[in-house]
Amino acid sequence: MTGELLLGSAEISRTVRRLAHEIIENNHGAEGLTLIGLLSRGYPLAQRLGAAIEEFESAKVPVGRLDIGPYRDDVTLRPTAPLLRPSQIPGGIDGRTVVLVDDVLFTGRSIRAALDALNDFGRPARVRLAVLVDRGHRELPIRPDFVGKNIPTGLVQHVRVRFQETDGEEGVFIVGSEAARA
Amino acid sequence: MLELEEKRLTIAADGVHAWRHKDLLDTDTLSREDIDLVMSQADAMTEIRTRPVGKVATLRGITVVTLFYEQSTRTRASFEVAAKAMGADVVNLSATGSSVEKGESLIDTVRTLEAIGADVVVMRHGKSGAPYLAARYTKSSIINGGDGRHAHPTQALLDLYTMRQHFGDLAGRRVVIVGDVMHSRVARSNIYTLLASGADVTLCGPATLVPRTLESGGEGPRCRVSTNLDEAIEGADVVMALRIQKERQEGGLIPSLRDYIAGYQVNARRLARAKPGALVMHPGPKNEGVELAPDVADGVGSVIEEQVTNGVAVRMAVLYLIATARRP
Repeated sequence: MTGELLLGSAEISRTVRRLAHEIIENNHGAEGLTLIGLLSRGYPLAQRLGAAIEEFESAKVPVGRLDIGPYRDDVTLRPTAPLLRPSQIPGGIDGRTVVLVDDVLFTGRSIRAALDALNDFGRPARVRLAVLVDRGHRELPIRPDFVGKNIPTGLVQHVRVRFQETDGEEGVFIVGSEAARA
Repeated sequence: MLELEEKRLTIAADGVHAWRHKDLLDTDTLSREDIDLVMSQADAMTEIRTRPVGKVATLRGITVVTLFYEQSTRTRASFEVAAKAMGADVVNLSATGSSVEKGESLIDTVRTLEAIGADVVVMRHGKSGAPYLAARYTKSSIINGGDGRHAHPTQALLDLYTMRQHFGDLAGRRVVIVGDVMHSRVARSNIYTLLASGADVTLCGPATLVPRTLESGGEGPRCRVSTNLDEAIEGADVVMALRIQKERQEGGLIPSLRDYIAGYQVNARRLARAKPGALVMHPGPKNEGVELAPDVADGVGSVIEEQVTNGVAVRMAVLYLIATARRP
């Protein structure tokens, strides 16, 4: 991956452990938690959070994955359409505290789609949002509950998260106009 | 299923699909990648169907018309359920009893549907090739829901999907298609997808109903022809029985149903010669007690109901890909 490295492997690991602690603190333990990672890179992040929570609390937390492709608001408007993938949410979501997990929070449209998707799976008691990076530029009234790192960006820039599980390398990178960075 | 799915994800690493076909008229225009893409999207649709709310709104604003010049239960209902499960609007038109037959009237009909705003027209017609004619004269996408004795692509894709659910890769698997191959659009579309997937195919039936011209030789997967079911079924992984199409029999091709049953019904004795765990398939509707003995039709190897269930998921996938095809 070319571009400026913002978070390396060790920092990502520390950030994930901090986020896991915050989720536990907010939920007063691991009871009733279900982590749901948005495909593709929210899922490995959710798995890592699940493993950390299990380590800290000695309790197993269900980790699911969610494909928001069918719920995007631009599927029939764009020249290309998403490749759809099966979602999987172990144990269902009725009455659970669902933590949606994604790598980068940007416009908020993915999260809007994810909230729509959850409606089709059941009725959670509450829904929280955890992200590794918040890069700003929201287009919808959506805010994260747990943030790994706030990274102010220019609209022309891109934040790229790479995980070993999905990409064979590890790091958070910023690509595009270097000057625009705050 | 999961391992296959991960492999299929490599088809489009950038997270978008690469489907480019405006129409689906037969399977023979599909590349191996196209077929894999339909299978992977059908996996996603199968999962959607298992949710408490088994439908999504992905194709909202898309209008799907089913235009059937021939009677149908499962294909039409399956397409309607599939389109609604994807959030599309569905209009059902029947030509039964109307004077519309072919040629200009068909062209007028599809042009009218295009003007009304049909994005996709699912069409069944008694004349082979009719959907090809329609597709030439309209910007609406045409999906062939069966044309005469020529092709039935979504049936072949759902059959393939059902086999892949059980076997994963079909390379080296043996599929026996038994019955009235000559009049069967199901057989024709299946032969292509099965050979493309690496399976060996044996067509079996009375010589009058199984044309030798369908035989293929050379390297790789082959299509053979046999008139002896006891021999053909030996070691088969899949036995697919075709419906005896009374409406397409010109007479004299089989001496009598009794003779057909004696020579070509799939019964327990014959099925015992297939591989243990062999699948029994039938595209429906069955002639009770003709193509399949009742104990075989309802037996452990029978996946006939799975075929019907999978049909919805596969048609959701096809509708999704057609409606979101990459524009040039």
